Amino acid sequence: MTTGYPDPIVWLAILAIGVLTFAIRVSFIALFGRLDEIPARAKLFLRYVPAAVLAGLVFPAFLTFDGAGGPAMDKLLAGGIAAAIAWRTENVLATLLAGMGSLWVLRFVVL
Amino acid sequence: MHTADLRRGVRDVAPLLLGIAPFGLVVGVAAANAGLDLELAIGMSVLVFAGAAQLAALELLRTDAPLVVVISTAAIINLRMLMYSASIAPHFRDLGARLKGGLAYVLTDQAYALSIARFENGPDVDRVSYYVGVAMPIWLVWQVMTVAGALLGAGVPDSWGLDFTVPLVFLALLVPAVEDSATMAAAFVGGSVAVIGAGLPLNLGLPVGATIGVLAGATFETVKQ
Repeated sequence: MTTGYPDPIVWLAILAIGVLTFAIRVSFIALFGRLDEIPARAKLFLRYVPAAVLAGLVFPAFLTFDGAGGPAMDKLLAGGIAAAIAWRTENVLATLLAGMGSLWVLRFVVL
Repeated sequence: MHTADLRRGVRDVAPLLLGIAPFGLVVGVAAANAGLDLELAIGMSVLVFAGAAQLAALELLRTDAPLVVVISTAAIINLRMLMYSASIAPHFRDLGARLKGGLAYVLTDQAYALSIARFENGPDVDRVSYYVGVAMPIWLVWQVMTVAGALLGAGVPDSWGLDFTVPLVFLALLVPAVEDSATMAAAFVGGSVAVIGAGLPLNLGLPVGATIGVLAGATFETVKQ
């Protein structure tokens, strides 16, 4: 499935994300001298953004339900294997190879 | 520019490029899968230049999520760079505004981590030269690999499930983000709520899950103290 948005709208979305991202990056670098520190309260929450957002992207992709049946077993198992490898290696390439390798074995050979 | 310090930056970043290259490839494939043409894929990598945010935005665009959700999710993922900006700012304080802008544009997880370690613990270096030495190769590899992925992704059949590479990359980023029990709580709660909320309209499962996950992590830490 591809996006239903026409190209100009996608360009606008990309531009908006680009502007916001640059604003985040340049914020303290540009303002140093006037605003030196992130308030402690904001820091308390910021610390958890990566873990919460990334898990929110990972879990639903591994635990998918198609129609009436249970979870899609190939993705759940391949995701589990990849998680074990990611934990041991902390390596993007190794995680990709483990996940895609087991997905293909499960999808084309086993299941 | 001090060429020796520039070269030192290039040397330090070289091993990390091995992790960045497949990530860029996956983003290119995801762009093709979402139906973006080559120009849009390149435009995104140049204008946004932030892998996790690009991947999330592509996934949400592919499923026709509302633009507000697409844009705000990508921005939330990049909020962590506020911390990098604040932490590296004192090292760049004497530079001109235009140079600051240029350096900020190429601020990434990897460029931040290597530079801050060198600035605060290592021997004295010319900061701009070293930082540029680290950041430029990342930028170049990112652009080249996105193009390669976009060209490749258009030719691979759907049954190969290349879209599964997207959560796998997020997984590889998630593991180092879980550094203690409080971040573990944030991940577990955020992920679980996102699964339960997967059926919510407007792709709200992710932002709702992420928000509750952040609150869970902060609460966990407050209670523990």
